[in-house]
Amino acid sequence: MTPMIAPLLELQRVSFDYHGQRVLHELDFQVYPGERVALIGANGAGKTTLLHLLVGLKRPSAGQIIAFGRVRMCEADFYDVRARVGLLFQDADDQLFCPTALEDVAFGPLNLGRSPQQARADALATLETLGLREFAERVTYRLSAGEKRLVALATVLAMRPEVLLLDEPTTGLDDATAARLTAYLATLEQTMLLVSHDGPFLAQLATRAVRLAGGTVAH
Amino acid sequence: MTTTVPTPPATPLPPLRGADWLLAHDPRLRLLAAGLFALVVVSLNQLSSSGAALALALGLTVAARLDARALARRLLALTGFLLIMLLTLPFTTPGTSWFTLGSLSASTAGRDLALLILCKATAVMLTLTILVGTLDPLAFAQALGRLGVPHRLTQLLLLTIRQIHLIDAESIRLRQALRARAFVPRTDWQTWRTYGWLIGMLLVRSFARAERLLEAMRCRGFRGRFYRLDTPTWRTADSLAALGWLLLLGGLLWFDQHADVQALGAML
Repeated sequence: MTPMIAPLLELQRVSFDYHGQRVLHELDFQVYPGERVALIGANGAGKTTLLHLLVGLKRPSAGQIIAFGRVRMCEADFYDVRARVGLLFQDADDQLFCPTALEDVAFGPLNLGRSPQQARADALATLETLGLREFAERVTYRLSAGEKRLVALATVLAMRPEVLLLDEPTTGLDDATAARLTAYLATLEQTMLLVSHDGPFLAQLATRAVRLAGGTVAH
Repeated sequence: MTTTVPTPPATPLPPLRGADWLLAHDPRLRLLAAGLFALVVVSLNQLSSSGAALALALGLTVAARLDARALARRLLALTGFLLIMLLTLPFTTPGTSWFTLGSLSASTAGRDLALLILCKATAVMLTLTILVGTLDPLAFAQALGRLGVPHRLTQLLLLTIRQIHLIDAESIRLRQALRARAFVPRTDWQTWRTYGWLIGMLLVRSFARAERLLEAMRCRGFRGRFYRLDTPTWRTADSLAALGWLLLLGGLLWFDQHADVQALGAML
């Protein structure tokens, strides 16, 4: 890594405790512009926790979170982080809640203050690029697991984030859908943080890998 | 977890679709019209005016061109209840005898009361089904919000619509897991304990899911307010329809009073 460039996202000596258990211990971690970092490690190593810390869904027990050059402490600090960092959840059912896919994809853009016309256009364009145009008016709970995952990705992409945090994006997808998703992600310019157990997926996308073990980065 | 569960429909009843003229009207108008109608009809005292209200509701039903079977299924629950009332009220209300059945005596007052309730209940139920039942949940919640219902309540409604299905899917999964391990419900402690755990697990999982959902929404910039893609606008046609509806309701009230005077005159 070129140390001259400032990291987009950074954890400084971050610890995180969950129900008395130390999940992360004095962890140092950076994501630089243009990188696609693979975050690997055993189940329960704290990969999802790390993603949630970066967008302020969880607060560290100790240490600092720096995003886009500013230390982020309280909920309000993370408002603009969440607009610039898109998090794709492990379970698409957690992410989709509107009756139709179009409304779900437009939810983020509307929250960012875009006009309804603009939000609709953004949502439709995003669905179009993911090949989901015909799903726009479909009811989200009737979609298959693969379709849900792609729509969930669309909900994140419609906000035009600079960084994508993807939590096991290929888990539960069939080979064809996973390949389609991987190919699409490869075309994106966004900086990415990929949590996955899918070797071929990471091999195709990641520019470097970070292994979490024992609550810290294992070298 | 991304196991695909056969997805049952969100509601046991298929959505009702109204005629185009009905869909063209602002949801707020439809809510207000149904609410006002219910208030007026409830306040009616005469059988004749209640009958007129029922006729009005039936006219609306014909004009709305709903799927007759879907409508019948919706009205079935109310009809059962009304039937019991129709059969019992004449015998339980004191008054001049209408006819006797063995030792039981049916009163004319009871008969009239039963008919009055039948007319009123059916009229209100029909208009509610036609004007409000044909709204999609989102439009319904939005219209409520724009009529001044607190955000929290409309959000609760909106999220419940989607979440209820997920909880149902969760319960189906859990019950499948039980059956897969040879669980057969019996009337013993083991069964009651298992059901207790099932309900407890559903509550815990629903709560956890609600938390994850809120997290996902916060990630997408949610700060406690919903914005809508398309907001229907109140048009002149809506104002005209509102005026017409008010006139009809006023007419019903007037008729009710008028019929009252006639009845008084007849009594004197």
